[in-house]
Amino acid sequence: MKTAFWLAGATALALAHPAFAADTIKIGFVSTFSGPTAVIGNDMRNSFELALDHLGRKMGGKPVEVIYEDDGQKPDVGKQKTEKLIQSDKVDFIAGYIWSNVLLASLKTAVDSQTFLISANAGPSQLAGELCSPYVFSTSWQNDQTPQAMGLYMNQKGVKSVFLIGPNYAAGKDMLAGVKSTFKGEIKGEEYTVWPSQLDFSAELSKARNSGAESIFVFYPGAAGVQFLNQYVQAGIKQQIPLYTAFTIDELSLPLQKENALGIPGAQEWVNDLPNEQNKKFVADYRKKYPGLRPTYYGAQAYDAAQLINSAVVAVNGDTSKKDAMKAEMQKANFQSLRGPFKYGNNHIPIQNFYLQDVVKDAEGQLALKTVATIVKDDQDRFHDKCPMK
Amino acid sequence: MLLVVEQFLNGLQFGLLLFLLAAGLTLVFGIMDFVNLAHGSLYMMGAYFAATFVAWTGNFIVGAILALGATLLLGIVLEFVALRHLYGRDHLDHVLATFGLILFFNDAVRLIWGPAGLALPLPGWLTVPIQIMPGVYYPAYRLAIIIVALAVALMLYLVVMRTRVGMLIRAGASNREMIGALGININLLFTLVFGLGAALAGLAGLMQAPILTVQIGMGENILILAFVIIVIGGIGSIRGAFLAAIFVGMIDTLGRAFLPDLLRQMLSSSAASTAAPALSSMLIYLVMAIVLVVRPEGLFPASRR
Amino acid sequence: MTASLNARAAVAVLVALGLLLLPLYSSASGNIFLLTLFTRIVILALAAVSLNLIMGYGGMMSFGHAAYLGIGGYAVGILAHEGIGSGFIQWPVALIASALFALAVGALSLRTRGVYFIMITLAFAQMAYYIASGLARYGGDDGLTVYKRSDFAGLINLSSRVQIYYLCLACLFGGIYLVWRIINSRFGLVVQGLRSNEQRMQAIGFPANRYRLVCFVIAGTMCGLAGALLANNTDFVSPAAMYWTRSGDLMVMVILGGMGSMFGPVVGAIVFLVLEELLSQVTEYWALIMGPLLLVIVLFGRGGIMGLLGRFSRG
Repeated sequence: MKTAFWLAGATALALAHPAFAADTIKIGFVSTFSGPTAVIGNDMRNSFELALDHLGRKMGGKPVEVIYEDDGQKPDVGKQKTEKLIQSDKVDFIAGYIWSNVLLASLKTAVDSQTFLISANAGPSQLAGELCSPYVFSTSWQNDQTPQAMGLYMNQKGVKSVFLIGPNYAAGKDMLAGVKSTFKGEIKGEEYTVWPSQLDFSAELSKARNSGAESIFVFYPGAAGVQFLNQYVQAGIKQQIPLYTAFTIDELSLPLQKENALGIPGAQEWVNDLPNEQNKKFVADYRKKYPGLRPTYYGAQAYDAAQLINSAVVAVNGDTSKKDAMKAEMQKANFQSLRGPFKYGNNHIPIQNFYLQDVVKDAEGQLALKTVATIVKDDQDRFHDKCPMK
Repeated sequence: MLLVVEQFLNGLQFGLLLFLLAAGLTLVFGIMDFVNLAHGSLYMMGAYFAATFVAWTGNFIVGAILALGATLLLGIVLEFVALRHLYGRDHLDHVLATFGLILFFNDAVRLIWGPAGLALPLPGWLTVPIQIMPGVYYPAYRLAIIIVALAVALMLYLVVMRTRVGMLIRAGASNREMIGALGININLLFTLVFGLGAALAGLAGLMQAPILTVQIGMGENILILAFVIIVIGGIGSIRGAFLAAIFVGMIDTLGRAFLPDLLRQMLSSSAASTAAPALSSMLIYLVMAIVLVVRPEGLFPASRR
Repeated sequence: MTASLNARAAVAVLVALGLLLLPLYSSASGNIFLLTLFTRIVILALAAVSLNLIMGYGGMMSFGHAAYLGIGGYAVGILAHEGIGSGFIQWPVALIASALFALAVGALSLRTRGVYFIMITLAFAQMAYYIASGLARYGGDDGLTVYKRSDFAGLINLSSRVQIYYLCLACLFGGIYLVWRIINSRFGLVVQGLRSNEQRMQAIGFPANRYRLVCFVIAGTMCGLAGALLANNTDFVSPAAMYWTRSGDLMVMVILGGMGSMFGPVVGAIVFLVLEELLSQVTEYWALIMGPLLLVIVLFGRGGIMGLLGRFSRG
């Protein structure tokens, strides 16, 4: 009997949340902080925190509170965390979302509750098209844009055929579809691997080699990118077939991929050496605040998300109940993006440049990512027509 | 043709890895009648220990041996402290208790090593491709896995079939009460067997670590395959586990390799790619269900009750 | 005897009252998350009750019970995706699909016993998981968002948090009542007898497998209902709900609460899920506590929480 009373009382006490004061700007941040891709979530969190530091930890005069939640790379968990942040913590904004499938699962919760959702990475095609919402903004891209740029580059280089490999989830499918939409050569094969559990690409690599394709294109974020390159080199394919990538080589994976990544190009909307002022400050301050670490495009996108949110809060002087005004302000993209030119299309997906990054040895003999060329300027995603917003 | 050879080797390698895991499980289940869901956790610990010791010592072989020893020790301690009190209880009690252990191990690992997982890089001499046939290059490390696993299988066979301890193990798998009645130190035997099972699991974990993963929860996915294997092979039978493991490894790998193309004749590319891994996984369970319905004791049952 | 019954009955009444009054507390304190959490708890309690029928009373250790949560959920999700939003069509389909799956699985599995039964039920559940993962049209591994909850033509509005909570609670109480009626009927006595001593029952002339199969199908259908409720509550279905570790969670809830006790699974579900939620807010490492706790319960606390209560009041 007593135990039952104790349990009931403790439960009631513990689960009762007092209504929060409206004096802070509350932001929820859903990302991955466990498992092999936790490095990405950490980079985003580091960058978001740095952005808040640069803003004096205030937006529109009010102090900012951020609650970070771990989605464990799982759609159902991400959705639960989104629900908790919106219903229990009553956040004003929710940001983050590395994975397209997690974003798609969480979308309805945010949109139904009219909470502003800023995607700092995931860009599924549905989000740019039929599922676009006035409450959702992206500070990254639409998934297809980056591989589309790579397809364009491969055309420029005169590549005749390609074998495509990617993970079997929303973003993986978008990536391979993106290459197919711009690449003019022959598609010798298209393989999707089980995501995220499959880390053994031997079967797919064997098929690629057997297909006679002139090149291979891959998309494997995080630890999978490390394993893929390892296996690509270990099987001796690097000497035989060149590799083109999107989101597979970045400052996080490079220290683990090491020489395997030398000379392998990737397309990206942000590279660490972009010459604008805000980017130089970002990279310098990041390396100072987090010694031994370098920011990646994930972090740059998270930084931009903080800036976007700030622009909205400043425009309404901290009164987050004025949602229409905040929405109008965000649509103007009234902030200095780390990647340079940045404006929004009708579907709240950025219109931006894409660059070619290559892996080289810098002056000190260290491996580094370098901007080699601009592939395309003011690129807009190809789904904006499907979005009913004007 | 060459592709088939490569895929065959891939399937063999995966199957042998599964065998190492399943062998320990079938021994423990067959001899102590103990359902150990935490076997996957021992697999995970093997990988984590390996990553840690290799980083400490800077030497891959030394680190691997240390990790093996550590997992063996962990298994023995676990058996001694917690699990031996559960022998003779309902299988359901085993399930619940070891399920709790899974939760515990996952969080303990998170506490000690952090949530992000570890990486275990290979030494240079293992990363080169080896030409095993004209035109067929196979990564050296994967060949090493095949060789080591076959060697362990051979060693297990010799121990179980040709030594006195092995005889006791086989007898125990057939009829537990009898060897107790014959005056053998049951407790010691059980502890040894459990330790052996743990070591095998740890070996599997540390061997796959450089090419696959070292992360929290990695044991859950593969544990279920191990259970399927021992059921197909027959509980308590190492020979059954060996054959079933190779079989399952082949189905999984060859399914992944050739099913998508097969399905693409009928479905769209994306649909085929989503359906193919599901189909090959389902195939494994279908086989187990058929075996259970037709021969409920498995293909090579150890006990003749 | 009466003393132990009193303690257990008192707990049952208290819990039932608490669940009935929860929405009032939730709206008074403005904590809607509490209501959403407990809707999920009530639904999983219903699943646990159905599992207890076959596990606690029938002695059938099914390690694949979470499959029915998925089947019921996907019935709702797929039909909603294809434009059929009426609950009057979706829910019967969910129930029938679950019943058919249970029939097929049961017919094949009940030929085995013990650990083999566990494994084969597990196998079939994993097959269901992989089938769902393989359906590209319905999201596969990414899952499927349910954009509109089941429509009951004005009878009840499932978009209202309070209304869906009470519907789930009604289903839970209904499920418990159904189990109670079954157990105390002649049929139920046979099933319990089969758990105690199958050979004797067969010697008396009861066809063991047929009785077990009926029990199995009833339990599967009840869990399918829970699945349909779950899909409506989370607005999302994914294969993850069917993975074998989720079946393990359900088993833990039943065993924790006390197998073969009527209200046990409800108590077990509440304790398991609340602990999970509470502990995860207190510490990130909640499983470090939960894990050994389970171990201790198995080693010392036979009969789960309800069993403990019974012993305390007697002793």
